[in-house]
Amino acid sequence: MFRLSIVTPEKIFYDDDIVSLVVPGTEGYLGVLSNHAPLITALKIGRIEFRDTNEEVSILSVTNGFLEVSANTASLLCDAAEYAKDIDVARAESALEKAQAKIADYNNGQKDIDIKEENLAVERAKNRLKIHKENS
Amino acid sequence: MATLREVKRRIKSVQSTTRITKAMEMVAASKLRRAQQLVEEARPYSDKLDLMLSHLATASAEDIPHPYFEERDVTKKTLVVITSDRGLCGSYNANVLRKATEWLEANKAFELEVVTVGKKCNDYFKSRQWTVVENFSDWAGVINYDKVHDMVKLLTNRFLSGETDEIDIFYTQFISTVKYKIVNPRYLPIGKPDVDEEAGFNMDYIFEPDPESIYDAILPNYATSKMIMAVAEAIASEHGSRMMAMGNATTNAEEMVDVLTLEYNKARQAQITKELLEVVAGAEALKT
Repeated sequence: MFRLSIVTPEKIFYDDDIVSLVVPGTEGYLGVLSNHAPLITALKIGRIEFRDTNEEVSILSVTNGFLEVSANTASLLCDAAEYAKDIDVARAESALEKAQAKIADYNNGQKDIDIKEENLAVERAKNRLKIHKENS
Repeated sequence: MATLREVKRRIKSVQSTTRITKAMEMVAASKLRRAQQLVEEARPYSDKLDLMLSHLATASAEDIPHPYFEERDVTKKTLVVITSDRGLCGSYNANVLRKATEWLEANKAFELEVVTVGKKCNDYFKSRQWTVVENFSDWAGVINYDKVHDMVKLLTNRFLSGETDEIDIFYTQFISTVKYKIVNPRYLPIGKPDVDEEAGFNMDYIFEPDPESIYDAILPNYATSKMIMAVAEAIASEHGSRMMAMGNATTNAEEMVDVLTLEYNKARQAQITKELLEVVAGAEALKT
């Protein structure tokens, strides 16, 4: 058992004891169990899965995060985290369309568009939709 | 002595002012609650990020250079000044603007530019000789994360491209409903994080993939988080100041109504006495 706190700039999203945690590290998914060696890693856009002390599994989507594990505490900082069941599908779909339209504009010669940002937006939206679809 | 009608009109006008200031006080109080909550909710993220950065610096023994840390020979400085869009909030804006101007005067040796946040501050600097690069206003009294991201993007781009060598911020830190402090931290370059000397636990960290890439990912977020905190605190201070200012205005107006009511009663009494005297005098005149 170890502590997990998920913190976003807007609020403390989760702060409780858990049994296991799987996160999307930059080099691939990695699992954390209690007494893990100290670790700092950046996270990719992807899914987080953790099992709490009641053996209940929660799945969420994460964007732009970092994980620090030390002294049996996992601190996960991220821009946004959402439970799979809470994902706003309509919003993700509209974000996807908007970003894809922007990318199309970019390919048609509108070079003032931040293409990196739009590609990330597409990735974020797709990740949300995928996690929602797989878990509902 | 003022005539009855005049005094009555003044009482009415002061009373309607009281109603307005009272309403504004209440609106500010409810906005303050929300803004204060936002500050408190943003704090854990910012604190954890500080801690993570300090662990990162402690554990990755060697000094890792990063563009965000780069200390150049400063010739150009940018000042970000955060004020409100609207007035009627006591000395809140005036204080920040005075301090910021003092700072600008003291740094005249450098090439200076100003980024203004809030209409008040934009109007102020536009009408003076300072160069305003960009203005971010129309916040409507709440923090707008998209706008903060735009700000951070502009500032970091200017710094990384060498258009400026140092960025400082002036904003009001929210301490309590009645207490604010004007602070002036350096925004970029980011000071090397403090090494956590007393971190007793195992500092033998695994970095995935390596400290450089983690810095790459973490520092932009650090910059954003600092700006979110600054704006959130400034907005909470604005509502607090407005609440106080309007509260004072209401008390003053109520006092004024009391004074005017006394004057009104005196005038009324004087008039009645005068009328009585006239009646009595008239009756006396008829007798003889």
